[in-house]
Amino acid sequence: MPAEFYYGVEVFLNGLMAGVMYSLVALGFVLIFKASGIFNYAQGVMALFAAMTLVGFQNGQIPFAHLINAALGTEVHHFGWTLPAFVAIIMTLGVMLIFAFLVEKFVLKHLVNQEPIILFMATIGLAYFMEGFGDLMWNSDVKRLDVGIPKGGNIWVEESTAFLGGEDFYGFYLDSLDISAALIAAVLVGALVAFSQYTKTGRALRAVADDHQAALSVGISLRTIWVIVWAIAGFVALIAGIMWGSKSGVQFSLSLIALKALPVLILGGFTSIPGAIIGGFIIGVGEKMFEFLIGVPFLGGATENWFAYVLAMVFLVFRPQGLFGEKIIERV
Amino acid sequence: MSKQKAPSERQNSYVTADGRTIGPAVMEMKNITLRFGGVIAIQGISFDIHEGEIRAIIGPNGAGKSSMLNVINGFYHPQEGKIIYKGEVRRPLKPFEIAHQGIARTFQNIALFKGMTTLDNIMTGRLTHMNTGMLSQALWWGKAQREETENRAFAERIIDFLEIQSIRKVPVGRLPYGLQKRVELGRALAAEPSLLLLDEPMAGMNVEEKEDMSRFILDVNEEFGTTIALIEHDMSVVMDLADRVVVMDYGKKIGDGTPDEVRKNQAVIDAYLGVSHD
Repeated sequence: MPAEFYYGVEVFLNGLMAGVMYSLVALGFVLIFKASGIFNYAQGVMALFAAMTLVGFQNGQIPFAHLINAALGTEVHHFGWTLPAFVAIIMTLGVMLIFAFLVEKFVLKHLVNQEPIILFMATIGLAYFMEGFGDLMWNSDVKRLDVGIPKGGNIWVEESTAFLGGEDFYGFYLDSLDISAALIAAVLVGALVAFSQYTKTGRALRAVADDHQAALSVGISLRTIWVIVWAIAGFVALIAGIMWGSKSGVQFSLSLIALKALPVLILGGFTSIPGAIIGGFIIGVGEKMFEFLIGVPFLGGATENWFAYVLAMVFLVFRPQGLFGEKIIERV
Repeated sequence: MSKQKAPSERQNSYVTADGRTIGPAVMEMKNITLRFGGVIAIQGISFDIHEGEIRAIIGPNGAGKSSMLNVINGFYHPQEGKIIYKGEVRRPLKPFEIAHQGIARTFQNIALFKGMTTLDNIMTGRLTHMNTGMLSQALWWGKAQREETENRAFAERIIDFLEIQSIRKVPVGRLPYGLQKRVELGRALAAEPSLLLLDEPMAGMNVEEKEDMSRFILDVNEEFGTTIALIEHDMSVVMDLADRVVVMDYGKKIGDGTPDEVRKNQAVIDAYLGVSHD
């Protein structure tokens, strides 16, 4: 086998891993969209906010330090302790739960029965509010996030695949962080699917997604369900925030990963959890392979920036409901 | 089916011609008035629904029948009047709270969870009977698992009863109209309601489907002793099914009594029967 072939396989595997990272973000969108028909523009910012909060707790940062210093003339920034990652994660989960509760109480509750576009606008407002609030609470420095997930090339994968090639092949290079992300995503999706299929609350979530009136008539409280959905979306945002934050640091650009989730959603369908995963794979592998096979040799590279969006556009023309979305049938 | 003649306003139990004992009133509507801005949908209507009876509300289009059902079910809150449920005055509740009080319903335009299977739809009807916490559900712990199994068994009984075993795992969006109506009835039945509201259960059905549905309604009433209040357009169907009938026109009550009484009521004949049926 020529070395190019193995290199191609490596690109493919890395594409899969990148796809998982996209899927993690897309998942949060799907959850909220399914249950409430809202396209949550704030999903990316939620991931950023969760990551900032996690780092803040871990490093013992004092929340609103700038505000406190400005008001009281003090110079405090840190409590002077660091918390174990596990404790910080639990605390951040608590914050996301409170966040879900507040979103329901101050935003969604007042927008019941409004058009989807109104709700979408509300989430845009929410995104900007959270962005500012996050900065105010934890300051806007670029932060390093480390919860103990291994990073860098995975030696084990490299050594155990080295025998495949000849003299000049040293085995596949896969980032340990990406591998962890793939495992975590698999567990997360498995758990979410099982929860929505086999539990009472899961069934209620699906019911609300389908028909609000009918859901009310069988005794489901929409407000409770919305809190639960936003809390789960917050949980997914936290995981996405941890993985992306570990990979590229916690900073504003983290919130822009939401943009990469869009083509994933268009491919997978806005209403399908497995779709979000498969869509992520297709985008991840597609953009890496396109760059490798066509981009670099013929187009001068840098195709990764736009490939996903073009692919999504093609899908919009031929299959607007995505690969796994519910077919849109308009009865006349 | 001829029913024994009895006074229209009853305070207590009575016995029907076919020998069923009807209990005391489970729900009493007193002087209900419902307005939407300047439009009066329901104007000072009173009637009661007794335990174990089939009570029909009929009237021409726009008479306010569906509004009345929505008042009972809590989608609308009347501006005036009292609702007495199980002997107590009911404060304005949200629809989901009313569901928890034991009132289940179907909808005129079928409101099923279209992406979910027949079994899942009927299982949602059991929600009011399931109360384990989120955490134990998430971990699929002892109680949650037991509860799921028990309620699943109940759902299967409903499925047997309605003869829809063959479509248990089919997403209901793919089913024909008549079957969807039956699944919707099943979902409401799964709640083991004290009061079952049916909004035009026969609307849009062919003759055969109508006969099936009538049979199921009678069977539900007989086998489970379920109290049923139904709205219907089709006069002949109502007269065969109902123990007592309320007739509405332009938001007012113009008749109330057994099918025979109502049939002879001149106001009813003028408003409804006379025009469309004779």
